Amino acid sequence: MKTLVVVGNGMAGVACVEQILKYERCFDITIFGDETHVNYSRILLSSVLAGELAPDDITLNPLEWYQRNDIRLRLGVRIGDVDAERKTVTGDDGSVTSYDTLLLATGSSAFMPPIEGLDKDGVFAFRTLEDTRKLLQRAGSGVKAVVIGGGLLGLEAARGLQVQGCNVTVVHLMATLMERQLDPDGGYYLAGKMEDLGIRVLLGRTTTTVVGSDRAEGVALDDGTVLEADLVVVAAGIRPNVQLADKAGLAVNRGIVVNDQMETSDPDIFAIGECVEHRGVCYGLVAPLLEQGKVLAATITGNKGPVYTGTLQAAKLKIMGVDVFSAGDWSEQNAEPVRYEDRALGVYKKLTVRDGKLVGAILVGDTSDSHRYMDWLRTGADLTDRRRHLLFPPPAADGGLDIAEMADSATVCGCVGVTKNAIIQAIHEKGVNTLSQLKETTRASTGCGSCTGLCQALLKAVAPEFEEDTKKVLCGCVPFSQDNLREILRSQRLKSVQEVLDIYGNGLGCEVCKPALSYMLDMLWCGDHDEDRSARFINDRVHANIQKDGMFSVVPRIRGGVTTPDELRRIANAAEKYHVRMVKITGSQRIDLLGVKKEDLPKIWADLGMPSGQAYTKGVRMVKTCVGTDFCRFGVQDSTSAGIEMERRFEHLYTPHKVKMGSVGCPRNCAEATVKDIGLVGQEGSWQVVVGGAAGKSVRKADLLITVETTEAALQAAELFFQYYREHGNYLERTYDFVVRLGIDKVRKDTVYAPDAVRQGLLDRLQKSKARARDAWQEGQAPVHRTQFIPLQPIEQLA
Amino acid sequence: MIEGRWVRVTECDNIPPREGRAARIGDRELAIFNLGDRFLAVDNRCPHRGGPLCDGIVAGTAVVCPLHAWKVSLETGAVERPANTSACIRTYATRVEAGVVIVELQLRAVGELTTGALNRCTDT
Repeated sequence: MKTLVVVGNGMAGVACVEQILKYERCFDITIFGDETHVNYSRILLSSVLAGELAPDDITLNPLEWYQRNDIRLRLGVRIGDVDAERKTVTGDDGSVTSYDTLLLATGSSAFMPPIEGLDKDGVFAFRTLEDTRKLLQRAGSGVKAVVIGGGLLGLEAARGLQVQGCNVTVVHLMATLMERQLDPDGGYYLAGKMEDLGIRVLLGRTTTTVVGSDRAEGVALDDGTVLEADLVVVAAGIRPNVQLADKAGLAVNRGIVVNDQMETSDPDIFAIGECVEHRGVCYGLVAPLLEQGKVLAATITGNKGPVYTGTLQAAKLKIMGVDVFSAGDWSEQNAEPVRYEDRALGVYKKLTVRDGKLVGAILVGDTSDSHRYMDWLRTGADLTDRRRHLLFPPPAADGGLDIAEMADSATVCGCVGVTKNAIIQAIHEKGVNTLSQLKETTRASTGCGSCTGLCQALLKAVAPEFEEDTKKVLCGCVPFSQDNLREILRSQRLKSVQEVLDIYGNGLGCEVCKPALSYMLDMLWCGDHDEDRSARFINDRVHANIQKDGMFSVVPRIRGGVTTPDELRRIANAAEKYHVRMVKITGSQRIDLLGVKKEDLPKIWADLGMPSGQAYTKGVRMVKTCVGTDFCRFGVQDSTSAGIEMERRFEHLYTPHKVKMGSVGCPRNCAEATVKDIGLVGQEGSWQVVVGGAAGKSVRKADLLITVETTEAALQAAELFFQYYREHGNYLERTYDFVVRLGIDKVRKDTVYAPDAVRQGLLDRLQKSKARARDAWQEGQAPVHRTQFIPLQPIEQLA
Repeated sequence: MIEGRWVRVTECDNIPPREGRAARIGDRELAIFNLGDRFLAVDNRCPHRGGPLCDGIVAGTAVVCPLHAWKVSLETGAVERPANTSACIRTYATRVEAGVVIVELQLRAVGELTTGALNRCTDT
């Protein structure tokens, strides 16, 4: 078998190998990569920097893939030399490897402009996972960062650093941002959006020097400005890596010259990706790599035939809330521009039309039509009949129209290269009905994610039993799903309800979204958010349950249902003093004092001298216990202590919906733990931890989460589930719906069976929230507002 | 036309933004809301079951009753939800002077409105 040596373990090289493997095996394959990581999606580095994805999330081919396909992988080895005569490559580790066929997939490197002091500590490129890791280490709250370069990469880097807390300035040589993808007007709109995010943009300036001793302290610009900087990121463009091709004596212009069959000037050496130049064009985007890979795989395996004729250039900026799309030739030379702009909305759209066909498109602020335009660009559709509706779909357009207009061969997912036809086939032949199934089956929408909407629309139109697996939007005021909102709030670092409503909603809000957003913020920032009581239901403003007559009920915390004569006396005294209309033993082993006036709440709390039982809120209610081993002759576990401890660990915290718990000392289940949100069920020598039980409007037996030997292990399992529910439950979703929605297997996998780091993360965030949580009734002594509990005392009265 | 009587009720900052507070004036209980750019006053009784509107969540220029989520316009007093409900509550004209919210107490005759919003309710 012939030997194929691939230099470069990036997206292009590996994508091509994947294609080669589709043919009958004719190569013994070795891949060299100078990075130490397996093949990952370079385009998602900005999402890693922004904290939206973990480094592991962007892996494209795990080690098992190389093993399974019998590919020798040499990581951390840089090939420094090629001998095209002897057909060998030499690595920087001294190794010499012979090849029959050589594939150069060396990619490109960050272009380092002539700036003095680029060697100082604190100056970084933004090309690799390693770069990203270093940036993440240095980035942080208050760190001043300067990004040199206002192109796609520079802007994504700027936003990522800002999300990490840095104060970011972008310095750009040209007069407008992203000038390769946007015309000056588009660049102007984009700059406004970046500034709105709080990123400073300096245009038309050249950086001359990185100032500082050993370490970067700032950058000097040609106009004399000096910007302070602890961190400097150079994102001034890329240059194809052609050194090896030069050494091999290949024809090289800007990149390695390849023909339509992807052949170089040497019959045994091939090249692909960002390092090549095809018909005078060097590509720096993903879609071309995949198309090139398919052609090259055919050529290299002796199945010559397919040709590569170039890829339509298209780019999307991956910054949430800053929608930018550009494709094709948008210059207005010999073309008719069609424009729309609205400064108040920050929307700018321009299409260029030539001979009745779309040749270019720029969208800023609203990219929802980008797929329609891509399709017109790809197919060269005749737009004569649609001329009046180029920028807006015809009124009352059929929802399926865009889909119907797409050709079967049109690419839906540019990252993975999935066509409309492939998706339709998956739907019909593999029974795909949901987006997650589609992702699994075709890998569509697993790249940058920008085609998710289109995939969703296709499923909706074609799948017989389409199911929306993302939850419905929260409400009309903020039209996003709760999953989406949690992600937005986290990545955009939003801390107040009004801020969210202003930026992502109608600015007003209502009784549905305000409490939901309040909960999310409290949970996401572990209590370190800007609490806005106007966004809370009355119960959470005054920490008592409003009754039908406008009075309130008061339930003090009686942990595990265990009280004392002294507490009972105080309760009795308070009930008399404040003329409580009814004293009621609740089903939760607590005591409810019904009929208290709002202005009396602080006084009755003080008299009770007990913490709030949170009986009025979406939060931790109580743990119902039996008497366990202390008194019961059947008890095999100390359920009373375990229940009280569980209540102590969770009390004062808020949850998507109320959380009622139980702890029982034997399977007789006297405190009904198996129909609680979280239950501890004692057995001889072990505890069962059960979750998702219900005895409310529906009745459901809880699912077994795990069986453990010690009380501490049981409590920890409960903690893991509790925090997981806090983080992933939708507001007003009880655990019994939550567990059913996710499936207990997934819940187990993500909690008790999760990797150490994940479990620790859940516990850490729970601790952080707990450390900030306070007994709400302390506000009786220190109100958040002077009229929190009391009615207004009019300055004057009617005579 | 009946002349209104303007009553000084409370300092503006006694009512936090987007919240309401109750105030008893004479035999009436009012709910006064701070909408950020202005104050609106209505009777503090939901036309449904008499819920305290001052404790509701403000949604735009309406308030949602804390008892059964009826939505009542603070500008007109009309019930916005449930739809097609003819019941409504009385609204009162307000103004702010020297940091004090002032409310016009006596009812103006229907059709004689000079300030404030249209009130479709008849006196009770």
